[in-house]
Amino acid sequence: MSLIYLDDVSTLALASNKCNGCGRCVQVCPHGVFASNGKKPWINDINLCMECGACAKNCPTGAISVESGVGCASALISGWLSGSEPSCDCSEDGKKCC
Amino acid sequence: MNGQSHSGRQMAKSSEITESWQIGELATPIGSVPVIATRLSAKDKLGAWKVRWGIGRMNYKVSPGLYAVGEPDEASPVLVSANYKLTFDALRQELSGLDCWVLILDTDGINVWCAAGKGTFGTEELVSRIQAAGLSEIVSHRLIILPQLAASGVGAQDIPQRTGFHVEYGPVRASDIKEFISSGNEATEEMRLVSFTFKDRLVLVPMELVPAIKMSLPILGVVFLSNQFARKPLGKKDLAAFAGAVIAGSVATPLLLPYIPGKAFSLKGWLAGLCWTAGSLQLSKGFELQDRMLAAGELLLFPAISSYLALNFTGSSTYTSPSGVKKELKYAMPLISGAAAIGGVLMAAAHLFGKGEKK
Repeated sequence: MSLIYLDDVSTLALASNKCNGCGRCVQVCPHGVFASNGKKPWINDINLCMECGACAKNCPTGAISVESGVGCASALISGWLSGSEPSCDCSEDGKKCC
Repeated sequence: MNGQSHSGRQMAKSSEITESWQIGELATPIGSVPVIATRLSAKDKLGAWKVRWGIGRMNYKVSPGLYAVGEPDEASPVLVSANYKLTFDALRQELSGLDCWVLILDTDGINVWCAAGKGTFGTEELVSRIQAAGLSEIVSHRLIILPQLAASGVGAQDIPQRTGFHVEYGPVRASDIKEFISSGNEATEEMRLVSFTFKDRLVLVPMELVPAIKMSLPILGVVFLSNQFARKPLGKKDLAAFAGAVIAGSVATPLLLPYIPGKAFSLKGWLAGLCWTAGSLQLSKGFELQDRMLAAGELLLFPAISSYLALNFTGSSTYTSPSGVKKELKYAMPLISGAAAIGGVLMAAAHLFGKGEKK
């Protein structure tokens, strides 16, 4: 049984014209979102993307963009309630993290 | 010395801290380095169990710095990891028989993936820790192996120019490290993918259940008080329906995640809670005429609680995206709070003013 989250939500984008084909994104992606045949990789299945940001962070040419951030419901809710940026800093109340 | 980064060299000084997992010292060109055990003691296992239940979880750390496994020399591989003790233990127990260096970053006692997401397992900390440990004088090669999940925090392309070291991303799981190293730092496709197995989910369940129980206690307190004067006191069957709904959301949904229909966690949790609530009402004959308002209230409120608790599990899952969670919250939260409010009012009305069963 594979677990796949909501469709068509990821903000991941790859600008092929900026890509130098190093393949680092294929390597760091923990969900196999990218595929490559040894040349320039492409986004094979965007619905597997969890927006962790590893690909964009490690892209040497800035060809990848993604809005990565906290994907935790309680962090988002408390962020909305307090009007602040959601953070998974739950160390203070001793609650769970990330 | 946790959390402190000093200028100059800083080893994990064995003379200052004597840890049970330290089994010796190794002399290096720049001082002695603690040698760490690759077997976990009963104390380590007890510590792991405690933090899984949330006991002392935010202060379960080891000192950042350089450690040795076996008898490493200048050609031995360097593995980088986080200073959460649970992470440190998970790593070192996979290193038996290896001779290697382990460079522990100060991630404030947070695991690799979460720390990378926060940026504490990041480029800056890595660069300063490499320098503080004097790594370039300890090994003659210029390669460090990072856990793949550190990639959200570290820009591998930025490290060589600042430290002289190149970054190789190792496997996601520590259990694949030996195979990774023995195959010449080649990861299989499977080693690069994050899983979310039943066992992965099982170890997370206590940290779902404990907050859920804490949240439930005030509710139970209020009902205990109102039971003293309510015309229809709530009883064991109502308590069972409530407790079951809490467990449906915080335990059953995480464990049965792939088998419950739907993609949204709130939907999965709601379905689990609905099954339990409807089932327990059926068993307790709650659908009989005089209990209809109470039954309707429970059917609205309890699955909403399960749904909310299941929603919280997105924070622990390994595959949900922030954009997805935001979308889910946008749709689910109004429904959850609406159902809970209406259900709560119906239950309170039936409870306080309904036709009571004669005591």
